[in-house]
Amino acid sequence: MIAYIARRLLLLIPMALGMVVVTFGLLLLIPGDPASVLLGQEASPDAINNLRNTLGLNDPWYIRLGVYFMHLLQGDMGRSIFQNQAVSEIIVGRLGATIELAIVALIFACLIGITLGVIAATRQGSLIDTISMVFAQLGVSMPVYWLGLLLMLLFAVTLGWLPAIGRGTPLLQATAAALTGQPHVLLDSFAHILLPALALAANSAAIISRLVRASMLEVLREDFVRTAYAKGLRRQRVIIRHAFRNALLPVLSVIGLRFGALLGGAVLTETIFAWPGLGQLTITAISQRDLPLIQGIVLTFAIIFALVNLVVDLLYAAVDPRIRLG
Amino acid sequence: MMLPKRFRNISLILGTLIVLTIVICAVFAPYLSTHGIEQMDMRNRFSGPTLTHWLGTDNFGRDLWSRLIFGARVSLTIACISVAVSCSIGTAVGLAAGYFGGWTDLILMRITDIFLGFPAIVLALAIVAVLGPGMVNVALAIIVVAWTEYARVVRATTLMLREQNYVQAAKAIGANPARILFKEILPNAMGPIIVLASLGFGTAIISESALSFLGFGLPPPTPTWGWTLSYGTRFMRDEPWLAIVAGASIMVTVLGFNLLGDGLRDALDPRHLSRSAGKKK
Repeated sequence: MIAYIARRLLLLIPMALGMVVVTFGLLLLIPGDPASVLLGQEASPDAINNLRNTLGLNDPWYIRLGVYFMHLLQGDMGRSIFQNQAVSEIIVGRLGATIELAIVALIFACLIGITLGVIAATRQGSLIDTISMVFAQLGVSMPVYWLGLLLMLLFAVTLGWLPAIGRGTPLLQATAAALTGQPHVLLDSFAHILLPALALAANSAAIISRLVRASMLEVLREDFVRTAYAKGLRRQRVIIRHAFRNALLPVLSVIGLRFGALLGGAVLTETIFAWPGLGQLTITAISQRDLPLIQGIVLTFAIIFALVNLVVDLLYAAVDPRIRLG
Repeated sequence: MMLPKRFRNISLILGTLIVLTIVICAVFAPYLSTHGIEQMDMRNRFSGPTLTHWLGTDNFGRDLWSRLIFGARVSLTIACISVAVSCSIGTAVGLAAGYFGGWTDLILMRITDIFLGFPAIVLALAIVAVLGPGMVNVALAIIVVAWTEYARVVRATTLMLREQNYVQAAKAIGANPARILFKEILPNAMGPIIVLASLGFGTAIISESALSFLGFGLPPPTPTWGWTLSYGTRFMRDEPWLAIVAGASIMVTVLGFNLLGDGLRDALDPRHLSRSAGKKK
């Protein structure tokens, strides 16, 4: 297992290097002089010259890449062009909200997806199966921003049950507050996160439900399931203890991939629900063409995604010995 | 003429019908539209569906049906470009990696992993931010991420086909790699490629409308679906119809391509067990 972990960690290094190169390459894509393009037409020649110096545009690209990389190693992602602050500080300030949203959405997606998938598989061909799979097909096809708007329209605007936009107290703090006798803070946080997390979760829930269904159907045909029935075990016990636990394995690896999709989806969900996270920051950075900030955000997303996948792979190897030995 | 039995599945038929309808609407948009896309009818702003305005009108009283079918042209064109290019790149990479193996495989697949490691929409947004809006740039932003899926699937298929007897036989009679790849392996790998391409259309349409929705797609006056949805949200409290219809047209189109893709998978690969469902974005 230790050898496997070491191998996976080593693989992360070329991966991270490649991601830095791609992120850096964004600057090279700009047609013309990046400094004047980034600052717009009204910028003074002095300002343009300043930016050229800050971005190091007077040096050849390989020196800039080297410098960029050395700075990254020290945790320095450069300074934002429009907000007078270090990129890493701006990102750290926003990261928590996005991770919170993505984790809650992932929990929703797993709960909904696994429940629907198991029910559909155990009642294959029934009405419930058909309805679940229609739901899954719709969930895969529905743009996350449109679903977000529909949920907002129904639950916030028409029914008025939930707040339409914004974030309550961060969930960790809210939980602490609830433990010290202020449960309404936690309730408020839940009310705020419910709609954005549901909108974000739908697509993943649909994909997970299809996968769980397929995986369950496969496992239910296995000999050990028949043996379990033959032993005289109750159906419920066979499904939960024998089939479900085995069917969950392939799903685990997809959950890591879904987390990446959720981070991406957060860009859209956060814009709609005015959720103050990295996604909203992305849009601001992109409308201002604040390149150092854009590069920092892109790289942060990629690194989180890589780390999550690493953790999932390690978990997977811990659960299934065939992976680490194979 | 009867279709072979394996092509008679509900997903395939429904998907084909939806996609065909939308393609016809887009291709014949100038003949099917009832009004000019910029023609305003201020007395009928935000009207629901009527006999003159089949899908109602927007905040300027412009006919939604006409705008949406012209919007379909934009979405489908960008989807076509991005699917064609990403499919070609991904297939080439996958064939080379799978067939030659060794270092070629290692390097090509690490590059694929790197691009797969970025959330699609974030990288697409960054590229459009750098290059500026425009049809080619939007397509490019989608391609940068989309080719990876083809590369991975084609590589896996090639690895399997490489060991088949007919490929070994071609090798034995001295066929060169190009001939083996394009005459022996590629035709037999077409099934999964076609399925992926069909699903890729759906993904491309969602990405394009997401970019337009955020204001980074084709600039107005192009009536993109994403942009129509985006300005529809401004009036959502009182006039939700606009946003609902624009979003529904995106969803139905994507649904059509997804059903088509699933149906084709059932038809072309009887062993699929719906496993690939989990790999879709």
